[in-house]
Amino acid sequence: MKIRTMGRHVGDSLRSLRRNGWMSLAAVSAVTVTLLLVGVFMALLLNVNRVTTQVENDVRVRVYIDANTTKADTAQLKGQLSALKDVKTVKYRSRAQELNAIVGDYGDQWKMFAGDKNPLQNVFLVDTASPKATMSVTKQAAKLDHVASASYGGQTAKRLFGAVDTVQNWGIGFTIVLLFVAVFLISNTIRITILSRSDEIGVMRLVGATNAYIRWPFLLEGAWTGLFGSLIPMAVVDAGYSVVYHSFGFTRAANGFSLFPTMPFLVWLDLALAGIGIIIGALGALISMRRFLRI
Amino acid sequence: MTTIQIKNAMKRYDNGVIAVKGISLTVEPGEFVYVIGSSGAGKSTFIKLLYHELALTEGMIKLGRFNFGEMKDRDVPYMRREIGIVFQDFKLLPRLTVFENVAYAMQVIETPTRKIKPRVMHVLRLVGLEQKLRRFPSELSGGEQQRVAIARAIVNSPEVVIADEPTGNLDPDTSDEIMDILERINSDGTTIIMATHNRELVNMRPHRLLEIAGGRLVRDEEGGAYGNED
Repeated sequence: MKIRTMGRHVGDSLRSLRRNGWMSLAAVSAVTVTLLLVGVFMALLLNVNRVTTQVENDVRVRVYIDANTTKADTAQLKGQLSALKDVKTVKYRSRAQELNAIVGDYGDQWKMFAGDKNPLQNVFLVDTASPKATMSVTKQAAKLDHVASASYGGQTAKRLFGAVDTVQNWGIGFTIVLLFVAVFLISNTIRITILSRSDEIGVMRLVGATNAYIRWPFLLEGAWTGLFGSLIPMAVVDAGYSVVYHSFGFTRAANGFSLFPTMPFLVWLDLALAGIGIIIGALGALISMRRFLRI
Repeated sequence: MTTIQIKNAMKRYDNGVIAVKGISLTVEPGEFVYVIGSSGAGKSTFIKLLYHELALTEGMIKLGRFNFGEMKDRDVPYMRREIGIVFQDFKLLPRLTVFENVAYAMQVIETPTRKIKPRVMHVLRLVGLEQKLRRFPSELSGGEQQRVAIARAIVNSPEVVIADEPTGNLDPDTSDEIMDILERINSDGTTIIMATHNRELVNMRPHRLLEIAGGRLVRDEEGGAYGNED
């Protein structure tokens, strides 16, 4: 298609948006509400996935050693643990080191447990090759001699992920319903345009305009509706995410977890919102054209 | 040059009514052909079959290189570029000026801009409307509107012009003017197929006459006159 022709189509589609005033506004608003929720969910879900991965990667198996285990048995146990499938590293930490870590994290009052009062056990910290292997490594380690117990910090995380999954599923379901509503509203707007221009379409057909030529302005009108509808969600999500990112100290990976840095994350998110807007707009137009533009 | 060949054309509507049946004829390039018949005779259906507004149920229509029975949907626009169509109700776009209405037919088939203005001016001169370029259809008389419609029909230099009752809404003098224009176009080699009820015009300006009755071609006569059928 020639550039001049495309320019004419763009002009026609924008004029048509203006001519349909309130209907266009309703369709743009529907897209805005939809994309606002889509944007928030996308930012949330992408970051939840990121943190989930970080948490999973952070999970390590703690193998507690029986209190009366000799040094030789401890060394043997280390060898047995290292030999287990999917075990990457095995690091020994004495009960005194364990207490020091608690004092470091929670304060000096824990020092009262120093020396013989220390109730903690010597442990092996076992890192696995993949997060998925933690459970099997824990089970195997628990069966070894001189092992009091073996656990991994995954149980709590697992419950957390379960809750997050539920939220994700509902969020995705809700978003899909909203996308359908937006497509429906856009297709209605385009239908009105098609009906209001039926005489013109008739003349176009009679003088030999191709179907593609006739369809382009409607397709563009849908795409504009989607694009304009994505502008406010972009601004709101960008501003909101920046506030959350900077205000809640997620900029530093203080506890090993961090959100996506605002750049380039927000650029990709904005492009995704614009893309989704254009796609649902064009989809709405296509539905209308199939039903009401018999050419 | 475009020859129109029709063989055993039959059109049955979805409700079972057969509007056109067993029509066979050939229209040679440059002919002027009237199509007459009483209301409901199948005249309009026949005309619509010629520009593929309606599809044949049986038979064949061939317009130049386009065989309507075998033609793909995507070829229809290209076939329509070889014909110009004029309606009784003009079908002009009210928001466009005279110039724009005629130029529009060139724009939608993506004619280069530099070619549009000279060609539009030429056809508007041909129909005598070069002084009313900037008028809107609502500012024109019926005859003038029909002249714009004719200008639009011929602006892409079609080899065939199909006119469906072009004088149906016009007074006798204006009808005469429209006929003058159509005959002038015809004298340049363009085939004209014109459906009409206008007895005086047909009798005053004799050309080949096709008469349709009950969906069938009952008369095909060179220089035939309108009888008392209607």
